[in-house]
Amino acid sequence: MAFTATLRGERFRFADLRELLAKANEEKSGDALAGIAAGSRRERLAAKAALADVTLREIVDTPVVDDDLATVLAADHDAAAFAPLASLTVGELREHLLDPATAATHPDGFGRALTAEVAAAVAKVMGNLDLVHAAARLRRVTRCRNTMGGLGTLGVRIQPNHPADDPAGVVLAVLDGLLFGCGDAVIGVNPVGDRVTDVVTLLDTLHRVIDALAVPTQACVLAHPTTQLEAMDAGAPVDLLFASLAGTSGANASFGVSAALVHEARERVLASHRDRSGFVGTQVTYFETGQGSALSADAHHGTDQLTLEARAQAFARVFDPFLVNSVVGFIGPEYLADGRQILRAGLEDHFVGKLLGLPMGMDVCYTNHVDDAGQDDNDNLLVLLAVAGCNYVMGVPGADDVMLGYQSTSYHEVASVRDLLGLRPAPEFEGWLTARDRWRGGRLVPPSADDARALESVGLRALGR
Amino acid sequence: MSGDRSGPAPDAAPDAAPDAAPDATPAVPGAADAAAAAWAPVRARAAAVTPARLFLGSAGLAPRTADALALRTDHAFARDAVDTRLEVTTGPLAPLGLLEVSTQVTDAAEHRRRPDLGRRLDAAGRATLAHAGTRGADLQVVVGDGLSATAVHVQVPDLLPRLHDLAVARGWSWGRPVAVRHCRVGVLNDIGEVLDPTVVVLLVGERPGLGTAESLSAYFAHRPRPGCTDADRNLISNIHARGTPVPEAAGRIVAFAAALMAAGRSGVTVKEPDPGPGPGGVLE
Repeated sequence: MAFTATLRGERFRFADLRELLAKANEEKSGDALAGIAAGSRRERLAAKAALADVTLREIVDTPVVDDDLATVLAADHDAAAFAPLASLTVGELREHLLDPATAATHPDGFGRALTAEVAAAVAKVMGNLDLVHAAARLRRVTRCRNTMGGLGTLGVRIQPNHPADDPAGVVLAVLDGLLFGCGDAVIGVNPVGDRVTDVVTLLDTLHRVIDALAVPTQACVLAHPTTQLEAMDAGAPVDLLFASLAGTSGANASFGVSAALVHEARERVLASHRDRSGFVGTQVTYFETGQGSALSADAHHGTDQLTLEARAQAFARVFDPFLVNSVVGFIGPEYLADGRQILRAGLEDHFVGKLLGLPMGMDVCYTNHVDDAGQDDNDNLLVLLAVAGCNYVMGVPGADDVMLGYQSTSYHEVASVRDLLGLRPAPEFEGWLTARDRWRGGRLVPPSADDARALESVGLRALGR
Repeated sequence: MSGDRSGPAPDAAPDAAPDAAPDATPAVPGAADAAAAAWAPVRARAAAVTPARLFLGSAGLAPRTADALALRTDHAFARDAVDTRLEVTTGPLAPLGLLEVSTQVTDAAEHRRRPDLGRRLDAAGRATLAHAGTRGADLQVVVGDGLSATAVHVQVPDLLPRLHDLAVARGWSWGRPVAVRHCRVGVLNDIGEVLDPTVVVLLVGERPGLGTAESLSAYFAHRPRPGCTDADRNLISNIHARGTPVPEAAGRIVAFAAALMAAGRSGVTVKEPDPGPGPGGVLE
């Protein structure tokens, strides 16, 4: 069915919902690369106006992408919870989300009531402040070895990557992160390669440090799911199963990921936890997503990258995740051209995740080949997402990931933002910091060199050195 | 390359302030230097095992001024490195006799924004390969600028001859190496279609990090054809002095290629062989 809008006497026509969603999207270089973006500012606003009048029922009844993933997502959709919302238009849903009364009627968010396409559609008629304000009311609490996402908390993943997976280098990065109160979300290493022996070594190393210091957190090595399972079979402890997810079946296939694979892997990790102690919940998956991955895999079906990001997140929702984050600026300038587009995408990805009921975090980041983005752009998005109630962000030493070759947010920056906004770590982690006199009166105690030396000796002992 | 990121010199009177206040924010002028000196030994020990920016200390919770400016300086240099152009017939690559072709990308800005064009050889490139390339080699090495020609200029002159010697020692036929300008990983499919080698290894410059613009990746594909995706490929990344050094990388690459030949396929279902004993590890 076609859609139309008339702006100051000029009539615009959009052939179908997919075209309407694409042309209503905020400017992204990836949509231009795919040849589906609005041709002018006027056409973009006309598309937003037409989209605002579409009912949620119509969107749910009109599959934008017809692939295997659509079947998986439809089976996961809570049609009963959706029914009372079905007659709203997209524009009305925006107003509903910004109405203070809605927070009272939906204290736990919307669960699985909304679909990916609905969440993406409403984001397209929202300004940046709308995305922050609406998301701040949508909390999602999850539990694995601690409790993430509570009101007033901001979690941090320590990302202690090393260009050769050197255990000592990884451990020292973990310790410096702990000094700054980071690491409650997860201590998560991106391995250089996908060798089972290296993944086993990294998992064992992380757990030796976590055990030596009795840190109430979880570890993860972000290898392919099959490699993580092989490491588990070889005796390594797997707290969280990680996978990169995308918004179409074709793009997931390019990652070597399918619903069946993730389902089976999650069951096996859950089973392994029955023989271990220290778990306070059964959320055991961790997913990363990001706009542009489907186009990068040449599997985008003519669909815009925000809609496909929402589909990737809805895919994550199927597996009851502990953590989900977009790696927003990692993909490069062909998909998000500059700091402005990355900032917008970061706010969109976080809002859409929260609207879909996810424990949404964010890797606030940029690469060195993107035009006009730098650490100050990271500062801007970090503060906005902290205000928006983002579940967690990344802690990377000095903001510089020396393995992946891009810049994220640093231990210093995330500690500063917690301090600025009065945000706290996960409660178990705050208790641990308090017991070690690293947290006093609701704020972090700035670390001294003596603190660093003391931790360094614990870490080296844990490594057997 | 990185600027000097060390801030206070690691050897600057490491224990000059043993009685400094434990709080990292010095209350009196001059105490900042003392606090920095207190961090110097632990910082230097970390620098011996990782290029990561560790144990910087802080001003309150913020980075100290020298560290904040060092990050921004390194970013400025990395941005400049992205624009370095691949030189095939002059400079360190010239003695290698690479067969030079180009993708459908025509300039640096288009290279960053149009990955689709960077995955396809242009018509002249296909003709050059068909005319002067090696058809049906056991191992075909391709060199591509990717996002850092600097990485190619630094690593390939040492790496390529080692790959050649290891391949010949295994009795493999060796395709004449090809250099692809404005190259993306997906160009492997066109290479496979035109030259039909058993295994293609693409040595491609990674996006520059702040610490190094010299990091190279090796992508593997077994009999690639149009339509193949990343799921059909394998990867060894971070080939540079502080990651996987070239001698070790050469052994791993050839061992991985052998594993792909034995499996008769590449991609996520084939894992890199575990290293055996001894230096270089993967040499049989």
